Amino acid sequence: MTSIARSEGLPYDPTAPLSPSGNLRRRLIVSRIAQVTAIAAAFIAVAALALVTFDVIKAGASALRIGFLIHDPPQFGGTGGGIRSDIVGTAIIVAMAGVMAVPVAVLIAIYMSEFAGPKSRIANALRLGLDLMQGIPSIVIGLFVLGLIVQPLHKDSGFAGSVALAIIMVPLVARSTQEVLRLVPLSLREASDALGVDRWRSILRVTLPAALGGIITGSILAVARAAGETAPLLVADSTFGPHLTFNWFGPMPNVPVSILIASDSLNPAAFPRAWGAALVLLALILLANIGARLLYARSRRKLAG
Amino acid sequence: MTEGTPHVSSAVHEEDVLPRRRIRTAAPAPAPAPGRAPRVDGTPREVPRAPVFDIRDMSATYGTKKALDSTTIQIYRNLVTAVIGPSGCGKSTFIRSLNRMNDSIPGFQIGGQVLYHGHDIYARATNRVEVRRRIGMVFQRPNPFPKSIYDNVAWAPRNLGMKRNLDERVERALRGAALWGEVKDRLKVSALSLSGGQQQRLCIARAIAVEPDVLLLDEPASALDPVATASIEDLMHELKHRYTIVIVTHNMQQAARVADRTAFFSLDPQERVGTLVEYDDTDVIFSNPADTRTRDYVTGRFG
Repeated sequence: MTSIARSEGLPYDPTAPLSPSGNLRRRLIVSRIAQVTAIAAAFIAVAALALVTFDVIKAGASALRIGFLIHDPPQFGGTGGGIRSDIVGTAIIVAMAGVMAVPVAVLIAIYMSEFAGPKSRIANALRLGLDLMQGIPSIVIGLFVLGLIVQPLHKDSGFAGSVALAIIMVPLVARSTQEVLRLVPLSLREASDALGVDRWRSILRVTLPAALGGIITGSILAVARAAGETAPLLVADSTFGPHLTFNWFGPMPNVPVSILIASDSLNPAAFPRAWGAALVLLALILLANIGARLLYARSRRKLAG
Repeated sequence: MTEGTPHVSSAVHEEDVLPRRRIRTAAPAPAPAPGRAPRVDGTPREVPRAPVFDIRDMSATYGTKKALDSTTIQIYRNLVTAVIGPSGCGKSTFIRSLNRMNDSIPGFQIGGQVLYHGHDIYARATNRVEVRRRIGMVFQRPNPFPKSIYDNVAWAPRNLGMKRNLDERVERALRGAALWGEVKDRLKVSALSLSGGQQQRLCIARAIAVEPDVLLLDEPASALDPVATASIEDLMHELKHRYTIVIVTHNMQQAARVADRTAFFSLDPQERVGTLVEYDDTDVIFSNPADTRTRDYVTGRFG
């Protein structure tokens, strides 16, 4: 056999059975090991999520009743009561953070993807800056806001918390918006350019509408992330009372800090409230994430035609 | 408006005014207009029509790569001018330079002059948005906005402040693009639901809705099937009565069918730069070209 192969100038015998030969057997084993390891890593990560979720649901479900959502916490800690004021406070703080952050972030993204050229140094520096900004520990942002707003005003406030969360949200929204703006086909921009319509109108009437779904998705994800941030609120907005308040410029109750306070309480009777609040927060964030992803899938389909 | 003659019989009319006359050899000459003798070489020409584009020594460079060598050419009003040539010969660069669509390409540089009705397209005082307002463009692949049919056509008039009688304007544009009959009952339907050929005609309707002076068509039928291509070509013959049309095509039969004048670009084998080889009446280019490179290309002998 080998003599035939040699005579044809091939380094192997082409008539041999097609089972793995030579070092292919070893390479196949290595390949399989790598595959299994990768799958295991993925499962471990998801298992961690499942465990956390399961734990929170198990411990929090007992606290979760309708009353839990529509009552304020008890005045002096202890059992009973709900987290209504915390939910409302978090909603206001996060919403105002979004109102501050999203327009700025979208404008930054528009600058980077629509006005600056692909080789613009400013845009590259900006992109690097935003990526670094995403990496700033949130407690540092909290301290920054402490010096900027809390100390001059001599009090904690929902406003200070919103500013801190907005700083966290800007890079997230800007980068995700930039990514979806890149998905808007160049041909649409050319079409509006060729019609003699100026750049800003083209952006306003073609690019942004086409990218709207993605921009909203990015914003929701950023909101979900900000809603769970604890560290900056601990510094900027933690000295609140148990009562419902709509005064944004005063201390505002909020869910993350309340969880911390309740779980840190000397009275174990407060623990169920911490678990219940954690469950509510987790549910809200998961819902926001799933909703955002559905929306994103829809907007991509729409762009693809 | 520079020439006073109405375009009752543009096929005859245009022949009389263009430079470089030759006797027709291919198609039988059309019946002469009443009171007008068949034109042969040497008959005195009428007053030459003013060119819409007077392009002088235009060259184009991307970064360090020269794409188009010095080109001098005049493009005349109410004619279809075809630009043909092999891939990479600079024909797209050429047509996109006429309404400054290349400006957004990094490293693009233009040399020479592009005069449009005597105004330099690339002058400092020239605004490129205004340029494109008058010189519309249709691209190779249909690129309707992800909006309704109506909104696609109405989009540019709305954004340019032409909001009066919008319905009428949209209808006129769609009729002009020979699309009205097919879409008049579903104007609110997404433009993306149309077929490729319909989408391309919609893009033409969108371009003519703002009443441009010139229509630039960059291989408008290359992504379409033969039936859709035929409808686009029929449209060219209609549109040239109102607009000056420049069409890039790598389909020579298409150029022969739709164009009055044809410019042949080629790739200089040494320099690898697009060069204008020959520019003449379409039937001359296809039947009796002056340059052997043109002859080789139109007879299919080109590599």
